[in-house]
Amino acid sequence: MSAHSQPATPRNHMISLSHVTKRYPGGLEALRNVNLTIEAGEIVFITGPSGAGKSTLLKLMAAIERPTTGSVVVSGQNVGALRPRAVPFLRRKLGLIFQDQKLLFDRSAFDNVMLPLAVTGFERREAARRARAALDKVGLLAKEKVHPVRLSGGEQQRLAIARAIVHRPSILLADEPTGNLDAAYAAAIGELFRSFNQVGVTVVIATHDASFAVRMKPRLVVLKEGRVAGAA
Amino acid sequence: MRTWIWNHLDALRTTLARLLRTPVATLLNVSVIGVALALPVGLYVVIVNLEGLARTLGSDPQLSVFLALDAGPGDIKRIAARLENHPAVREARFVPRDQALKELKASTGLADVVDSLPGNPLPDAFVVLPQDIAPETLERLRDEMRGWPKVTHVQLDAEWARRLEAGLRAALLAVTLLATVFAFALVAVTFNTIRLQILTRREEIEVSKLVGATDSFIRRPFLYYGALQGLAGGLTAWAIIWTVVYILNGALADLSRLYAAPIELRQLGLADSGSLLVFSAALGWMGSWLSVNRHLAAIEPR
Repeated sequence: MSAHSQPATPRNHMISLSHVTKRYPGGLEALRNVNLTIEAGEIVFITGPSGAGKSTLLKLMAAIERPTTGSVVVSGQNVGALRPRAVPFLRRKLGLIFQDQKLLFDRSAFDNVMLPLAVTGFERREAARRARAALDKVGLLAKEKVHPVRLSGGEQQRLAIARAIVHRPSILLADEPTGNLDAAYAAAIGELFRSFNQVGVTVVIATHDASFAVRMKPRLVVLKEGRVAGAA
Repeated sequence: MRTWIWNHLDALRTTLARLLRTPVATLLNVSVIGVALALPVGLYVVIVNLEGLARTLGSDPQLSVFLALDAGPGDIKRIAARLENHPAVREARFVPRDQALKELKASTGLADVVDSLPGNPLPDAFVVLPQDIAPETLERLRDEMRGWPKVTHVQLDAEWARRLEAGLRAALLAVTLLATVFAFALVAVTFNTIRLQILTRREEIEVSKLVGATDSFIRRPFLYYGALQGLAGGLTAWAIIWTVVYILNGALADLSRLYAAPIELRQLGLADSGSLLVFSAALGWMGSWLSVNRHLAAIEPR
């Protein structure tokens, strides 16, 4: 593993960032010298105003971006040094939820949820069983044949969550999961994340929705202009 | 291993479904490939048939052995005996000079000219059918007989067949070059189809990468698509050729009745048909492989 490059990081850190700076081409510095460790089984909210670097932080954890300097270690793997061929295997340990959901509109809700299992070559009958279980978990089992266009905003977000958990990831990364949902919906989705965390999933949620974050009473990491401004 | 097979079957199934979902576009692409392949394959069929013809005609070459004008009956007898005992000669027929003159008068309409001649200018001759028809043996036999006494000239009558064969060899080379050009066209057509496919399925590719799809998983359906499209194009080319030959044979049937000889074009053989299909599928695979490698890297989740 990457123990040699991260001698100070014990193995039980699920996610660990040390001295991470991310500069985008064009000079925008999204993160500046960020240090952050998240243990296995934790639920952490990353908050801060938009443009503070929350999304960049999650993208680094998912190997969508690479740090300019510093190291990002996720589940024992150094993301900055990961070979492109190894990226898919890191991502299979993650469940990713995006503000724009990234659902595929050319197929049913069920087929959307099947995608992460199809990608790993899962046996089809077992995959279908798991996909239905995930849809059931987010309350969409009755709509498995519906195409995402015909789902409401809240339903689409829940569908995205079902897709993120169907392959039983050890880490769930959510970027603004309650982005444009009303408070009641947001609370329900917060409870959903809480329930995943209770079965041992490490959950990291980036949100600018302070009330949503506070109500959950999790560990809070506040980002401001690319720096960790505070933690609770 | 089972998952691996399953993965491939699944990719094949979804690819077939995708080909059938856009029947018009698929049909057009397949037709373009089919027509492009049919041209060199059709020429190949023509050449193979001509080759067969050349072999049938060339299998009956003759050697005409002309004797000197002053050759007497003794000389003729000696040469006849020599020909009869020669191991390379199957049959030798003597054509006396008077008979040759009569035939010339009868067959060419030159009777007046021949009659005006003071004497018979034609020599006695033998028509020799050889045992072995290989060009080298024929030439050796010709050269040997040229050296015999009272033989002035030996003519090999299969020259034209050999020229035809040499011409066909050149034509075959031309077909090979043409096939190379059209193979390139097939690769280009596939390259472009796959490029468009990748563009329209950009989102799916991006999301697949986000949920942990490997490049080979993403590449697979495109490769199948290219190979299946190539294969369908190959089948189309085969069907075009088969139909054309079938129709031509219908017309040739009349001709062969008139000539009282079987004139028929042969269809593409089993081995040739097989290589056509394998070749077209492989080219389709190659075109999409090039395209996928060129365009897939550009799609990374942001």
